[in-house]
Amino acid sequence: MDNASHAGASLRIRKLSKVYGGITAVDSIDLSASQGEFLSLLGPSGSGKTTTLNMIAGFISPSSGEILVDDQEISVLPPYRRDIGMVFQHYALFPHLTAAQNIAFPLERRRLPRRVVAERVSEALDMVKLGAFGHRYPRELSGGQQQRVAFARAVVFRPKLLLMDEPLGALDKKLREDLQGEIRRIHRELGITFVYVTHDQEEALALSDRIAIFNRGRIEQVGTSEELYEKPATEFVAGFIGEANSFSGKVVHDGGGLALDTAAGMLRVDTDLPPGSQATLVVRPERLGIRRAGEPGRSNSVKATVGETVYLGSSRRFEIVFDDGRTGIVRESAGGGPAIATGERVEVTWRIEDGYVVASGAAAREGRDGV
Amino acid sequence: MRVRLSGRMLLWAMTTVAILWLTAPVLVLLPLSFSGRKSFRFPPDTWSMRWYESFFTDPAWHASLLSSLKVGCLSTAASMLLGTMAAFALHKLDFRGKAVVTAILLAPMIFPAVVSAIAIFGVYLAWHISGTLTGFVAAHTVLSLPFVIVAVRSSLRIFDWRLEQAAASLGAAPLETFRLVTLPLIAPGILSGGLFAFVVSFDEVVVSLFLQTPFMRTLPVQMYLSVTESIDPTVAAASTIIVLVTVVAIVLAMFFWPTRRMSHG
Repeated sequence: MDNASHAGASLRIRKLSKVYGGITAVDSIDLSASQGEFLSLLGPSGSGKTTTLNMIAGFISPSSGEILVDDQEISVLPPYRRDIGMVFQHYALFPHLTAAQNIAFPLERRRLPRRVVAERVSEALDMVKLGAFGHRYPRELSGGQQQRVAFARAVVFRPKLLLMDEPLGALDKKLREDLQGEIRRIHRELGITFVYVTHDQEEALALSDRIAIFNRGRIEQVGTSEELYEKPATEFVAGFIGEANSFSGKVVHDGGGLALDTAAGMLRVDTDLPPGSQATLVVRPERLGIRRAGEPGRSNSVKATVGETVYLGSSRRFEIVFDDGRTGIVRESAGGGPAIATGERVEVTWRIEDGYVVASGAAAREGRDGV
Repeated sequence: MRVRLSGRMLLWAMTTVAILWLTAPVLVLLPLSFSGRKSFRFPPDTWSMRWYESFFTDPAWHASLLSSLKVGCLSTAASMLLGTMAAFALHKLDFRGKAVVTAILLAPMIFPAVVSAIAIFGVYLAWHISGTLTGFVAAHTVLSLPFVIVAVRSSLRIFDWRLEQAAASLGAAPLETFRLVTLPLIAPGILSGGLFAFVVSFDEVVVSLFLQTPFMRTLPVQMYLSVTESIDPTVAAASTIIVLVTVVAIVLAMFFWPTRRMSHG
């Protein structure tokens, strides 16, 4: 795969919408991927990520908006003229053709000479480590092998953009992890731009350069794994990426600084939101400390009761119940800290800078750039 | 336990009776076709192959077999083509009155044959195609079309339409996709429908009886006329041959009938 034209394409989506009989599946989204980027579309089912992918592929026509690949509008082209590779969740291999014939299919459609087709097919089979399996029919291959063939078939014609629709969704966990490694390797080798749809946040975190979080037909936030984890733009993102403890309330003045007036009490916060606005404070489990009630703690503390505790080797995980009835999670490194048992009254504490404040509800949508 | 056992025996007994009932005609005809005498005496007291010889040498029988094969093959080809197109339209399109169109297309399956026959005969007299090959083929095509439609529809129902999307994403235009992906995968359904269509044509007698002339008659018509005119055990040989052809065709059709197993990769 030494072809210079084989680099990735840039993708830019502007104000893209899809409305089905009054129901808005995709609501005016903006999204872009730079050349060679690995972009994941992550969200719960029905959030619009697959519809978006199908609009890029050309299987669904947009109600409005633009899709630009290398600055060319492609929504006017039928799918077979787009030159975009696609890997389907259930492989979609042609059952009447062998693995090699499946991979040759896109090359033959491009009228390449037979010799070139044979060369590229064997190259592609080697790339997915199925060199000896070319003569097998899909039904004679395992699920993982079938997905490798589907993968080889989708990149063998050297598209500049590869779309993947939950390609590992039908495989078991061990196989998924192996294939994730392969997908990363191939992405690095080929330099193609990848757009990857998944509802599995771990998978998205492991694979992507950037992730777009979809919710109810809109994009909540686009960012690197770290940005999404450390600085979630909305409560939804905070809850969707990793575990989070959240406290909702109104921003108020408290002594020298600002605080959030929540059901769990006054919690000091550091935020740019004006007093009076509704907001949610998000604290990650590993940023929380836990100590017996009455002991001096850090800046913020909330009373709680310990529920289940789980020893995880390098850390301990506490499920806690706050006094207002809501539950939360604390993770502490295993070595330090007192031995705390289920049912014990504790105080959960954290430093102000370890909390992250996001505006609640509809307010979060305003003043936020979609990209 | 005793109750279940006797229930089982009753089931077996009923099945045996049903099988005997259905196959009795063949069990009579088969020995009769090997009879040594020119009579329908059953069971025969002498044996020979003379009625088979007569079937393949007598010009009237010979010609009727040929006509039946010609009409059968041509109408099968026509109904495979038209039936496949109709099945596609019914499967892919959503239009007003689809239920009515479907009912009309499938009606020949259940419509009384004699009524169709009279209607077709009346129209053919006006068009002057009664007794012609074209007339026979057109009539038999109408009668066998529903069988192809039903078979192809069931293969379309289990066809994985994502394969068409996959083909498109790989650069295949719609016609290429049909030729290279869809058609090969639904071919068993078309073939199975075609075999049923051939059987329908090959032993169709009512409509053919109206359309026949001394110059063009199909095998079942020839058999009917033979029995009404004379005592000729060649008809038993002809029956055995019809049964044989039909059974082979139906067994093949069942073999090709689309099931989930075939569509899975």
